[in-house]
Amino acid sequence: MGKGKVWNSFEEAVADIKDGDTLAVGGFGLCGIPEKSIAALVQRGTKDLTVVSNNCGVDDWGLGLLLANKQIKKMIASYVGENKIFEQQFLSGELEVELTPQGTLAERMRAGGAGIPGFYTATGVGTPIAEGKEVKVFDGKEYILEKGIVADFALVKAWKADKLGNLVFRKTSRNFNPLAAMAGKITIAEVEEIVEVGELNPDHIHTPGVFVQRVLLGGNYEKRIERLTVKKGDA
Amino acid sequence: MADTRQQIVNRAVKEIQNGMNVNLGIGIPTLVANAIPADYDVLLQSENGLLGIGPYPAEEAVDPDLINAGKETVTAVPGASFFDSAESFAMIRGGHIDLAILGGMEVSETGDLANWMIPGKMVKGMGGAMDLVVGAKRVVVVMEHVNKNGESKIKKQCELPLTGKGVVHRLITDLAVFDFTEEGMQLIELTEGVTLEEVKEKTAASFNVALAI
Repeated sequence: MGKGKVWNSFEEAVADIKDGDTLAVGGFGLCGIPEKSIAALVQRGTKDLTVVSNNCGVDDWGLGLLLANKQIKKMIASYVGENKIFEQQFLSGELEVELTPQGTLAERMRAGGAGIPGFYTATGVGTPIAEGKEVKVFDGKEYILEKGIVADFALVKAWKADKLGNLVFRKTSRNFNPLAAMAGKITIAEVEEIVEVGELNPDHIHTPGVFVQRVLLGGNYEKRIERLTVKKGDA
Repeated sequence: MADTRQQIVNRAVKEIQNGMNVNLGIGIPTLVANAIPADYDVLLQSENGLLGIGPYPAEEAVDPDLINAGKETVTAVPGASFFDSAESFAMIRGGHIDLAILGGMEVSETGDLANWMIPGKMVKGMGGAMDLVVGAKRVVVVMEHVNKNGESKIKKQCELPLTGKGVVHRLITDLAVFDFTEEGMQLIELTEGVTLEEVKEKTAASFNVALAI
């Protein structure tokens, strides 16, 4: 077996992401975010990006770094409450925002990656989210049409990969990562450990390597915690 | 005010029955977890991909890869499972979650809920709330009866953008409990020491009195 899909340089792995591209990015809050790929993208300065991700990091970490550097033109997210720069850029009209319910966002990524251009959901019926969307009635109940998302690139973070890009995630850091991986035409996966082909139990693989084009080993993960909470008496 | 919150929590926990799968929202609802009887088999769902939330970890057991939907570090109980966000919302939207307890900014007399944005002021986003209110088998909202200025948060019609239309089954405040039925909004309980007159005075919505004697 050769090198497979393993790349050695984050700088090279993000080099063909162009100004104006759409990126699907994994993570929930700061949990399971592709720290190294984001850092490489900040370094490179690629701009006018449309970013599809549940959240937009915090002011000085995660996708917040791309925001602070004014590299994001449009954000598709479900919750952006932890970020002052986001609020400033949004209220000033600098940043375009498409707020999407979390379950709808997850399904839009999954659908896009699964070759399904749209689907109907009851989520958002009768709210501002439904404005301008096709309504269809099934069994007497209203649903709205939501569109699948296909991204030029996906940036994801997994726990382990093999050289063919099969991915295993850890605990709640899985979140949006498998869906982003599906939605990306080119998926860049960064992981904490790369093992030889055959070492992962096929029954334990969460994301089959077919969804992953580049695998990189990231070291010294910071894994910042947004809200440290411990048992009473231990704090 | 801490007492007000605790009172709401004490009432809200009665909504949870043994064997349920429950999603608790951020804020007051999260506090309900601590009040669930220890002998209950209840699994708490966290929409970021965990069924079976456990208590906060000991300091040495903190794991940045294990958080709840409020981004707090947590643990997982024996029997817990992890999954991706699409599967998580399949659980929610597909009607597999028995009960969602959520916070609210405004509730209308027809069971509309607003809890995700204040135009021009606050841009946070709805997170998973819009999916939860249409998907969970039962939706209970907990909130203080009036706002900081003493104005009713229970309206004839919500003024804030909606999270869901006609989605609330039960509303629990510090003063009373209401049900939303085909016959309209029903007052079913008064908090001890609270009079019907006080509730009428502090509620902008119209409701029927259906108190058990």
